[in-house]
Formats: sequence, C-alpha cells, structure tokens
Amino acid sequence: MIHPDPYDHLGDLLADALVQFKRETALVELNRERISETLTYTDVKQQTTALTHRMAEAGIGPGDRVAIIMSNQARWLMTACAVFFRGAVLVPLDYKLSADEQATLLQHSQPTLLVTEWGFLKRFKTRPAMPAWVVDVPKSADLGDAERWDDLPTDAPPVVVQSRSREDVATIVYSSGTGGEPKGCMLPHRAYLSQLGALLGEFTMDRGDRYFSILPTNHAIDFMVGFVGPFVCGATVVHQRSLRPEFLRSTLKTQQITHMAVVPILLDAFKRSIDDKLDALSPWRRTAFNALVSTNKRLTQKRPNHAVSAKLLKPIHDAFGGTLKLLFAGGAFVDPGKVGFFYDLGLPVVVGYGLTEACTVLTVNRLEPFRSDSVGRAVDGVQLRIANANADGIGEVQAKGPTLMLGYLNDDEQTAAAFTEDGWLRTGDLGRFDASFHLHLLGRSKNMIVTAGGKNVYPEDVEALLEDVPAEELCVVAANYVWPKQTMTDEQLIAVIRTDKASDTLAALRSQNRRLPEHKRISGVLLWDDEFPRTASMKLKRPVLASAIRDTTTADAVSAL
Amino acid sequence: MSDPILDRLLQLASKRFGVDVSALNPDDDIFDALSIDSLQALELVTDLEGAFGVEVPDYELQDARTFTDIADVVRDRV
Repeated sequence: MIHPDPYDHLGDLLADALVQFKRETALVELNRERISETLTYTDVKQQTTALTHRMAEAGIGPGDRVAIIMSNQARWLMTACAVFFRGAVLVPLDYKLSADEQATLLQHSQPTLLVTEWGFLKRFKTRPAMPAWVVDVPKSADLGDAERWDDLPTDAPPVVVQSRSREDVATIVYSSGTGGEPKGCMLPHRAYLSQLGALLGEFTMDRGDRYFSILPTNHAIDFMVGFVGPFVCGATVVHQRSLRPEFLRSTLKTQQITHMAVVPILLDAFKRSIDDKLDALSPWRRTAFNALVSTNKRLTQKRPNHAVSAKLLKPIHDAFGGTLKLLFAGGAFVDPGKVGFFYDLGLPVVVGYGLTEACTVLTVNRLEPFRSDSVGRAVDGVQLRIANANADGIGEVQAKGPTLMLGYLNDDEQTAAAFTEDGWLRTGDLGRFDASFHLHLLGRSKNMIVTAGGKNVYPEDVEALLEDVPAEELCVVAANYVWPKQTMTDEQLIAVIRTDKASDTLAALRSQNRRLPEHKRISGVLLWDDEFPRTASMKLKRPVLASAIRDTTTADAVSAL
Repeated sequence: MSDPILDRLLQLASKRFGVDVSALNPDDDIFDALSIDSLQALELVTDLEGAFGVEVPDYELQDARTFTDIADVVRDRV
C-alpha cells in the first residue's frame, strides 16, 4: 500500500501507484458475463499517459475543469487519472440523471472539456457547448464537433505531473439540487488524502483483492473505495456493463470478488436470493442450517472471521463467489435488521455515514465488535458534535476536520448556510451519541430524503415539477423533516396543500405525480387551511410551516395519494 | 391488434411476480402495478430478452416506466 500522508495531491499519488504495481491487474471490464478487457497497471499508465498528453495539447492545465458523464468503466478511471496529472479539476456528473439535468450541471460547472459515452451524448437535445471526447461510439454515429476517444498513440513520452497544493480543488461533486440551486461541493486534495489515510487504516486492501465497482463512480463512496483506494493498494477493480442482480451474482463467482459497495435495494435483492434458497430446504435441513448460523454468530461475535464463516456456511458463501470478505453500504439508510442478517451469515456489511460535503464518510462501523444499531464512530481526522441537544441528547450532527469541502461552487449564500459561525459543517441530520461514542441517527433537521437507491431528493426540486397543479398554495416536504421518526429508512415525500377545490387539485396532482421518476413521487397529502408563512419577498418559510404542522397534527393526518 | 412482445412481457411479469395477467394493463406503471423495485424490473427485462434473443443495455431502460415503454425498447433490438 502507498500511504497517502506524504502526498500533496491525488495526481502524484495515482502516478506513483501506476508505476509501483506494474504487472498487477488494475482493471477487469465485463460486458454482462464476458470479459471484454483486462488491463494491468502498466497498461493503465500507457493509456493515461497518452490521454494526459492529449489533454495538454487541448490546453487543459492546472485549475481547468473536466466533466465526466460515464457509467462505471475503465475509461472513467483513466480520464480521472489524466485530469489529476494535468492538475485540473474533475467534475464527475451522475450518469443516471436525465440529459436536461446533466445540461443544467454542465452549465453551472462550465467545464473546458466533457468526456462521455455516445449513449449519453446522443440524449442531449442541444449538444453541450464545450468540446467533448466520446467513448463507445458506433461507426455510424454522427459525432458533429465531438471527438472519438479511440486511437490514442501508444508511444507517448512520460508525463510530467502538474503540481498542486493540498488546499487546491480536486473535484467538484454535485450533492443535489438539479432543480433550482445546484450545489457543487468543491473538495480539496487534502479531503481525499486525509480520508483515504483514515479508511486504509481501518480496512486496507491487498494486492490480489478484487473490488466490484457497481455504485456510480461519480458517487463519493465508489470514487474512494472503487478507484483511489484499490489503486493505492495495487488491488483490482472489476466493472460490469449491467447491474442486473443475476449478472452481478455470476460475476461475484467468476471474478472471485473480495470487496463490494452496495445500496440497500441490492442488499434486498441478495437477501431475496438467499431466502429463496432457504425456502427450498427441507425442514430438517433448515434446522441444521439454523444451527450452523448460530455457531457462526458465536464464533464471529468479537470480529468477522471470513475463513470460519466461509467453511461453516459454504453454500451461502459459494452463491456469492466464496471469496467475498466485506460489503460497504452508505449508512443511515440501511435497515439494521438487514445488516445483522448478512453479518450472521459471515458477510459483514461496513456501514458508513457521510455526505458529499464531507468527502466520503464521517463515521464507520468498525466491526470489532459488530453492531448494527449505530452508524459507528467518527473516522480518524473527523470531529463530531451534537448541536443544541435536547434532554435526550438529540440534536443536529455537526462535523469539522480536513475532509470538509471548501464550499459550494459560485454560491456564497448556500456555503455560509452550510457551516456554523465557528466553522462546523451542519449535516442537517439529527442524532445522538451513546456511551461508547457511537452515533445514532434519528431524523432530519433539513428538508430532504435519501431513497433506498441512494439518491438525494430535495422536495423543492419536486415542487418545481408540480407547478401546474391547481391550488392556492402547494409545497412538498419530507415526512421525516416534519415529524422526525427514529429511523431514516423508507422516507416519504408529502404535499401540503391549501385549496378550495380539493378534488380537482388531487386529481391533477395524481396525474402529474404518475409522470415523475419513481424517486421523486409524492406518497401522501396533507390538506392545510391556513396561509403558508412567507418572507417579505414571498419566499416560503419552510421551517415555520413544518413546526406549525408538527404542533397541530400528527402523521396520521396525511392521506395516501 | 395484438403485440407479441408486449403480450409476452405481460405473461412473464405475471409469472415472475405472481400477479394475475388480466390485472395488468400495457400503460400501467410497472413499479406500481407489480410493487417492485428497479432491480426487479431489470430481472423482468432479462426474461423478455431471453424470450426474443436480444440484449438491451441497462441505460436504454432508464426512462422506461410502463410495460409499453419496455416493449418498445426491446422491439428496437428485435
């Protein structure tokens, strides 16, 4: 492992990794079940060298921005390496957004170059204004002014990595806000280097370990544990062009995957496949299996033991390839019961809690011993406090330390609102510490939800999509924001409506709601008689409305839409 | 006129998720009609691909919401 502490920026760190691990396999690319490409660290070095020269020729240098819109694949990581070698700033955009949403974020971030896949470029109604380099282009495609990525020279001279300081911006990562106000978190090199050092101290990888990268690489977790982390350890990153559970399961086996980050719905899919297997067992086999699970629980009470669990519960482990050591899951939103289910089978899920504004994670569950009831303790370098705690010790979780963003791109107002006066990041999540300083999350003090698929949804964005619904006043809030519940799973959006013609309003709302993407849909309605509280400039005072609702009604007053 | 791809999709959905085929309409939102998540929907698409011997990249299905939408995407590949 190359320790990140002595480095000033990701460019130098990644360049050293490509040199040090030479013949190790860096990347395996699969198209469903077939391998399409295998690249050693030397192969990656050769291609990124050529790409870096091409960027230099295109005039891209320190501080310039390069956006990526690609699904998880080798060229994503190689583009990112070249961007850091040029001292430029990476703007990783979510490939799952609609073309309109991506266009909004490109407009906001103003990159000098876009690197993307043909499948994404062709979706834009108007081609983005900046130059684009495109991968996966069919022969017949009309690229217009865009250029193909292919045909990189193989004999490019060595690269001189551009120097940067730890405080310089490494990436601009959008945490949300595709509707009204995009929030581009400017994360400096020190945030990544500090976070990487802390995470490798807890969960290092070895050469030969194989990480299966399925969460979008633009997402903070995959960027760290599915790119920079494995690269500085000389491990292998496996990409697959399809995320269907049946192909994921076959790749776990054929590629002998050891590490993987997942979202809750994938844990659900895995659990369904295990349940199906168990349901098919005869009663006495089922009893024998339960006895083995109990033995495994006893033997792994203090810490995970992959060798023991894989032997005791071989059929289950074989279904996941037999080599899977650790699963990572983005934390607040994972059902503790489900995490416990996997741990009992010897498949530990490391639960972390974080937000884009603070790089990758603020807390992780260290597994020694395993606890599913908390999101763990603060990682090295991160300080946490509970602000304005009530009598039960519950208040807003706030964070400080080297992993925090510098601020939001071009938005001093939102940046100021994100931090307290004494420089702590407001997470907007409610929590408390227990006696062993494990953090428990108990609701939200900001109006947003995170879906089981890991998407942040801001009610303000959904509101903008419901403009045509006839009502005196309509606003969208997260139920967990109005009535904080003790968990952060299964969060719902509700519409608060003031209307004289409830039946017309509801009919229109139902019809509009059906057209929204699943994760933006309203699930309940609260009819409200009073005028909404507003500022002098008629802006809705959401916290005041939420507290008025909380004071006079309960969640039972919400009717299903 | 009956549409073989759509008909097959409705049959496969009925079989995989145990819903009566007469209760499914082509323009239903599949997530609501079948009470499934996006990964389960992709498993259904794999069934349909198998029936017609085609492969559809996941991202082409990103905006598909109804049975008709899915059948249309698969039809382009048949």
